[in-house]
Amino acid sequence: MTDIGSKGARRAGGLTRRGALKGMGAAAGLALGPGFVRYAQAQSSEPIRIGFQAHRTGIGAAYGRWYERVTEAAVARINEEGGINGRPVEIVVEDDGTDPARGAEVVEKFANQHKTDIVYGTLFSHVVTGSAPAAGELKMPYYVVSEGYHVASGRLNRWVVQPGITDVRSQVTSVAPWISGNLGKKVTMIYPDYAFGHDHRDFFEPAIAAQGGEVIAKVPIPPTESSFTRYFPQIPSETEVIYHVMVGPAVLTFVKEMGDFFGSGGPALFGFIDSLEAVALSSPGLEFLEGSHFWEGMARYAQPDMPDYERAYREAVGIDDSGASLDDPKDVSTAAHMFGCWETLYVIKAAMEMADYKGPDDRAKVIEATEAMSGFDAGINHPQGAKRFNGKLHQCFGHQNISLVENSALKVVHRTSIEDGLYEPEADYTAQPF
Amino acid sequence: MSFGPHLLLATLEGLVTSAVLALMALGLSLVFGVMRVVNVAHGEFFMLGAVVAWWVASIVGGHPAVGFLAALVVSPLVVAAVAFAAERLVLRRLSYEPEATIVATIGLLYIIQQLALTFYGPEARPVEAPFSIRVTLPWFGYSGYKLFVIAVAALLVVATWLMLTRTRAGLLMRATQYDRETAQAFAIPVDRVYAGVFALGAGLAAIAAVLIVPIQQAHYLMGLDPLLLSFIVVIIGGLGSLRGTVLAAVLIGLSDGIISVFFSPTLAKMLATLLVALVLVFRPQGLFGTAPR
Amino acid sequence: MRTDGLARIVALHLGLVLLLLALNWLLPEYHRGVFSRILVLAVFAMGYNVMFGYTGLLSLGHAMFFAAGLYGAGLTVYHLGWPAPAGFAAGLAAGLALALAVGVLALRTTGVAFMIVTLMFAQVIYLLTLYFTTYTRGEEGLVLAPEDRFIALPGAVLDPTDPSTRYLLALALFAAALAATVAIVRAPFGRTLVAIRENEERMRMLGYDVFANKLAAVAVSGVLCAAAGAAYALLFGYVGAGFASIQYSILPLLWVLLGGAATTLGPIVGTLAMFYVVDVTSGYTSAYLLVVGLALILLILYFPRGLVGTLRERWLPWLP
Repeated sequence: MTDIGSKGARRAGGLTRRGALKGMGAAAGLALGPGFVRYAQAQSSEPIRIGFQAHRTGIGAAYGRWYERVTEAAVARINEEGGINGRPVEIVVEDDGTDPARGAEVVEKFANQHKTDIVYGTLFSHVVTGSAPAAGELKMPYYVVSEGYHVASGRLNRWVVQPGITDVRSQVTSVAPWISGNLGKKVTMIYPDYAFGHDHRDFFEPAIAAQGGEVIAKVPIPPTESSFTRYFPQIPSETEVIYHVMVGPAVLTFVKEMGDFFGSGGPALFGFIDSLEAVALSSPGLEFLEGSHFWEGMARYAQPDMPDYERAYREAVGIDDSGASLDDPKDVSTAAHMFGCWETLYVIKAAMEMADYKGPDDRAKVIEATEAMSGFDAGINHPQGAKRFNGKLHQCFGHQNISLVENSALKVVHRTSIEDGLYEPEADYTAQPF
Repeated sequence: MSFGPHLLLATLEGLVTSAVLALMALGLSLVFGVMRVVNVAHGEFFMLGAVVAWWVASIVGGHPAVGFLAALVVSPLVVAAVAFAAERLVLRRLSYEPEATIVATIGLLYIIQQLALTFYGPEARPVEAPFSIRVTLPWFGYSGYKLFVIAVAALLVVATWLMLTRTRAGLLMRATQYDRETAQAFAIPVDRVYAGVFALGAGLAAIAAVLIVPIQQAHYLMGLDPLLLSFIVVIIGGLGSLRGTVLAAVLIGLSDGIISVFFSPTLAKMLATLLVALVLVFRPQGLFGTAPR
Repeated sequence: MRTDGLARIVALHLGLVLLLLALNWLLPEYHRGVFSRILVLAVFAMGYNVMFGYTGLLSLGHAMFFAAGLYGAGLTVYHLGWPAPAGFAAGLAAGLALALAVGVLALRTTGVAFMIVTLMFAQVIYLLTLYFTTYTRGEEGLVLAPEDRFIALPGAVLDPTDPSTRYLLALALFAAALAATVAIVRAPFGRTLVAIRENEERMRMLGYDVFANKLAAVAVSGVLCAAAGAAYALLFGYVGAGFASIQYSILPLLWVLLGGAATTLGPIVGTLAMFYVVDVTSGYTSAYLLVVGLALILLILYFPRGLVGTLRERWLPWLP
């Protein structure tokens, strides 16, 4: 029986009710004797149910579609290899509408209605933050693939883990040395005026300063904006590098308008591919990006020196050499992030096997097993590369790619080391009780 | 950048916003003025216009201008037909009850959004501009296509104006707007005028969208912000005043652009919004509206 | 004549609250959690209904009042370490202050201009929550720690992270708001509001201070919505800018119209109906918005006064 914990004085009422339900269940079992026995025997091969919180609608839908495809591919492969602890894996999908309130409801639905064993989720950091309290209260392991700094900041709780994708603070920190060494030291930052953008601002500034560089101007853009040219005059003329990170459909406008504004004589550009995930680089108006650089979590375009396991991963998730769907070359993937789904599912598998997971009573053990991990080797289970995992922070740290736009394709020109992205930890979730 | 060129740039940007806004708000203003209903789905007609434009342009191929021109013809017709059907099937049967219409058009909003998501997808996709000329000024470069948008939108506004003031159809609309009962008594087919106005309003939104897709992209959630802005424009301009609507669009577009010269972006946005709200607080009938009848 | 219906009305509303109380032990776990949220959101809808249903003021900016409560409670608890009850009070105070400020300005306008002015004020509040991302964490939002949400009473500590306690707290808020609405509707104040809705000019000529009455309606509405927002922050532990966005201004309008404007029970019925239409259909199809859209259109075609409104019109004319 699910032990949905409650604390203190309120416990008595809740337990009575659950006790009653348990009694009813037992009575039903007795009445249907043979069936009950069969269930007990079959328990070892009962599927492990993983609730998957997906952005099917709302602003994150372009990401959600690919997160879902990668999840399907990973689960198919895990099941081919014998599942988790010999039990098949079953994914239960619910749409979170890219909305934090709905996200929390969906976590409750997984726990209380679908009775999933754990919950695994989603990209947008407000959905993760909004869902975290529900996961904590329901004592439900919640594995996220969001790249936000919310987990490692210590603001969430012990039930939330991000083992498959590096957080934004680490990403930002790791690219700073390359930027100052190759593009320039005087940086102007353009970012959305909300938490995700502020994380970039707050962590890039000290990182570039440590390299002897400087952020000379900051241009925060309100997220309701759909046109950007009017803000470009705020970019000082001595700027050597424009660091841009925008999210949402307006980003093409942003790039195109920058092209109109600067022509060929502008500063160097360094951007986060987040803006252009699911967008073909050959789209009209993106010519201006030629010669500029991007951060990529994982390379969108097949690289010549790509290891075999990366090739196998790309085949499994169904993307061609330019990172688009094998079925429809116009359907461009979110390659720089979606690998996190694949890797997270393999971490879940490893943790559940380490914890010898039998049922919902072992949920805390799964978290403890995850916390005990220290890193992952590169290979088919972790095709993006090796990672270090900090069990106290619940966060992994990996290599990052810096890619050059060349002939409307992305070519990886630098791969950061894991050490480039390390920072002084601010949290210790293992000190929290379950 | 020094102050003069910065102001010039902000003004140009403001004019582009104004131009597209004026077209879209004209459509909303007609529906608002003539039918006295709030069409929450107006933004979705705009979105649909952009999506159809992308679809037409990607089928036609050849020189981008061909696809663009085809979209400029096909998209408003398709969207107007959808609006016409919605009007006949739903709004008419609600007798244009204002509150019921709000719920029904919210329903319509969900339906159109979901269909766009299912059949068009969640991605943002651009339509290639009919020509690509970068106008080089001494201080900065500017998109020639944006200047073209300003000109075309101005022409279309004038054309709509002429249609309303010089043609029989326009006369019928204005008569219905002025006094529905009397219009009916004079054998004006008010019912059909309503359907026509609703379709025309949606068509104008679609034209605005076709003009904008080479600058912004077609995306299934793109309708909300223009909807809110055009609401604001219609009310500030004064209900039923087409001249007011156009002037309000220019005013709001320019103030949005110019205030951004002086403040940080989000603060500028807040101040511009507050300023416009206060205009309405102290002049509730709008800038060019007459006192309510 | 008014006293005739009173027993029936009290019995109906009390009966509903008792039924909801019993549901705490009868509902399956998931649905009890859902009901906790719906009860809180229904208070938001009830606050909206005071202005829209009874006074005839259509606002498109009520998310700002919900957000005032949400942030009033959330920020004081998170940053200043206030205990939860004090945070709740701060939420109410923020809602009242904002309602009075917005009311004084916006009530200079009527009709569509009122809609737009409220919409724009709400947009400013939304941008404020982003502008101060340093404190609010903008769209990502803040999580309130469970122990910061405990309500210390003499002799007991209420823990809103416990599902049963949370449900009962939400129900208590709902019952209080329902009682307040029924009392207002039946009091001279409520009848004055309805009369203003029906014919403002006549009320003015009869010597009523229309502006003061409307302002009072905005204040009551703002406080109810802020109470819902503050309760949401404290019961569910999340505070984010999404709740200040235009979407949360349209939702209460939708819930009220669906349930029946100017009915005391319309808001809860509408909120429930809308939630379950989404929740159930999203289990069958990823295109559930299509179903929601169609359901809205069919509902409004066949139940133009909303669910409870149509019930009242056809069969139960005594419903308040």
